[in-house]
Amino acid sequence: MELSRRDLITIGGKLLVLASVGAAFEEITGAAPPSEAYKMAEHWWGMIVDIDKCIGCGNCVRACSNENGVPKGYFRTWVERYEVENVDGRQEPHVESPNGAIDGFPPSTRQDVKSFYVPKLCNHCVDSPCVQVCPVGATFVSPDGVVLVDENYCLGCRYCIQACPYGCRYLHPEKRTADKCTLCYHRITQGLTTACCENCPTGARQLVDFKNPKDPVHEFLRTNKVEVLKPYMATGAKVYYKDLDGSVR
Amino acid sequence: MAIPGVEGFMYPNEVELQWGLLIVLYPYITGLVAGAFILASLERVFKVEAVRPTYRLALLTALAFLLVAPLPLQLHLGHPERSMEMYLTPHTSSAMAMFGFVYLWYLTVVLLLEIWLEYRADIVHMARTSTGLKGLIYKALTLGSMNVSPASRVIDDKVGYAVTVIGIPSAFLLHGYVGFIFGSVKANPWWSTPLMPIVFLFSAMVSGIAGVMVLYMAVMKAKKMPIDMRCVDTIAKYLFYTFVIDFSLEMLDLVHRTYEADESFRSLNFMVHTRLWGSQVILQIFLCTLVPLALLASTQLFRIGEAKRRAMYLITGLLVLVGIFAMRWNVVIGGQLFSKSFLGYTSFKVQFAAREGLLTAIALMILPFAIFVALVKLLPPWPETTEAPGD
Repeated sequence: MELSRRDLITIGGKLLVLASVGAAFEEITGAAPPSEAYKMAEHWWGMIVDIDKCIGCGNCVRACSNENGVPKGYFRTWVERYEVENVDGRQEPHVESPNGAIDGFPPSTRQDVKSFYVPKLCNHCVDSPCVQVCPVGATFVSPDGVVLVDENYCLGCRYCIQACPYGCRYLHPEKRTADKCTLCYHRITQGLTTACCENCPTGARQLVDFKNPKDPVHEFLRTNKVEVLKPYMATGAKVYYKDLDGSVR
Repeated sequence: MAIPGVEGFMYPNEVELQWGLLIVLYPYITGLVAGAFILASLERVFKVEAVRPTYRLALLTALAFLLVAPLPLQLHLGHPERSMEMYLTPHTSSAMAMFGFVYLWYLTVVLLLEIWLEYRADIVHMARTSTGLKGLIYKALTLGSMNVSPASRVIDDKVGYAVTVIGIPSAFLLHGYVGFIFGSVKANPWWSTPLMPIVFLFSAMVSGIAGVMVLYMAVMKAKKMPIDMRCVDTIAKYLFYTFVIDFSLEMLDLVHRTYEADESFRSLNFMVHTRLWGSQVILQIFLCTLVPLALLASTQLFRIGEAKRRAMYLITGLLVLVGIFAMRWNVVIGGQLFSKSFLGYTSFKVQFAAREGLLTAIALMILPFAIFVALVKLLPPWPETTEAPGD
C-alpha cells in the first residue's frame, strides 16, 4: 500500500492525539490509563442508593478513605443519620454525621422519631456548578460522565467548593488543590466497582452505567420512586436515591 | 461529639471556611477603585466643576488601590504560581476567569491612559526641567512625545474625555462583576441574588467617594492648605445620594428575603440575629449606615458652620469606610457561616500572623497608601504645580 503525504499526516496526527490523551489521563487521575478494552464513550457512570438498606456502619467511608488516601477530617463520602420529628405538623430533621460516620454512629437514644441513614458523595452532575465556575477548567466532566479535578492545573481558588450545593468538595490540605470523589475512576475504568460500593455490606450503594443497556439501573429507575438531592438546583445529579425522604437536604 | 465552633449540623466538609479575610479585602479594594474613578468622572464627564480639586487625587487613589487589588487573590490561591493560567487558558463559562481581563482592561485602557493624558503636560514640563534619574523617569513617562502645543492638548482633552466615557461603564463592569462572582453562586442563598452586582456597585461608589473625601481633607490638613468647602460639600451631597440608593437596595434585599421567607430564611434569620448581629446589625446598618446618613442629611437640611461640617464629613467618611468593609465581611464571611443544609452554623476566627491572616490584611491595606504617596511625589496633583508650559 502506498502512503500519500496526506495519509501520513492524518495517521501521525491521530497517533499524536491518542498518545497525548493517554499521557494527560495518567497525569490527571494519577492512575494508569484505562485498559484498552475500556472505551470512555461507551459508559455514563452514576450511582443508586437504597436508603432503606443503609445501616450506617461507615464501611463505605473507611473504604473510600483507605482507597483514596483521603486526608483526615475531610470526606469524599460520608453518611448522615436523620431523625425526623413531627413538631406541630412540621417535619423537623435532626441530623448528625460524627466525623463523617467513619466510625459509624453511636446508638440512637430516640425511639419516637423517623430515623434513617443517607450516604452522600459527589453527585457527578451533568450540569455541574463546580465545573461551570472553575476559572481554568481544571475541574471537568470526563467523557464517561465523571466529574474530576486535574490537580496539576487547579489554582486552589476554591470557587468550586463554594459552588457545590452538596458540600462534596474540600481543599486538600497538602496538595492545596480542590479534591473530591472520583467515583474511584482508577477502579471503574479497570472493570471494578467503587471502593464504597464494594465494601457496603447491604448493597445500599451501587455503581451504575446508564449507557449499558443490561445494567440493572434501568429496571431500578423504572420500578422505584427515586429522587436526587436538591432537585431544584437543576445540576443534573446522577446519584439516585430510592424513597428519599423530603426532609433530606 | 460536638465540633468546636459548630452549632447544629454542617456537611462535614463545610466546617472550614474557604474564603477568609483576604477575600473580604478584594471586593473592598476594587470597590474603592471603582468609586474613586466614578467621583473623578463627575468632573470630567458630568462637568461638576466643584469637585475639580479632587479630580487628580481620585485618579491616583484609584490607581494605588487598583495596583494592590490582585494581591489578596494571589495570596489566597492554593497555587499562586499557576495564576497566569487564568490569562492563558481561561475557562469561558467561569465568572472568575474574566477577572484578569476586566482588571487589565481597567488598568491599562482606562486608568493608566486617563492619568497619562491628564498629566502629559506636567510630565513633559518635568522631563524638561529635571535632571539625573528624575529626569530620566519623566522622559520615559513622556513615552517619546514632548509635544504640548495647544493643538495637542486639545487632542489630549478629547481623548481623555472619551476614555472617561468608556471608563464609567468599565468601572461599573469592574465592580458589578465582583458582585456577580458572588451573586451567581446558586448554591448559596446568602449570595445568590441578581441584586448583588448592583448592591456591590453602589456600595463601591459610596466607599470610593467617602475614601477620596477623607483623603482630600487629610492631605489638605497635612499640607496646611485650605480645604475647598464647596468641593467637600458637593462630594458629601453625592455621597448622600449614592448612599441612599445603596441603603435602599440593601434594605430591599433584606425585606424581600424576610417577606418571601423561603427555605433558607430560618437559617439566615438565625445567623443575622446571632453570628452576624454585631457586624451587620450594629456595625454595618446602625453605626455605619444610619448614623452617617443622619449626619449627611442634616448637612443638607440645616445651616451648619464650616468647622462643624468638616468634622461631620470626616466622621461620616470614616464611618462609611468601616461600614462598607463590614458589608463586605458580612457578605463574604456571612455567606459561609451557615450550612447549605440549613441545619447548622460554623464560626470564623481571623488568624493573626498567617498567609491569610490579620497581619497580611493590614499590610495589604497600608500598601495602597504607600503607593499613593509615591504616586503623589511622582505626579503631584496639587493645583499650584499643574501649570505647565504649553497650557
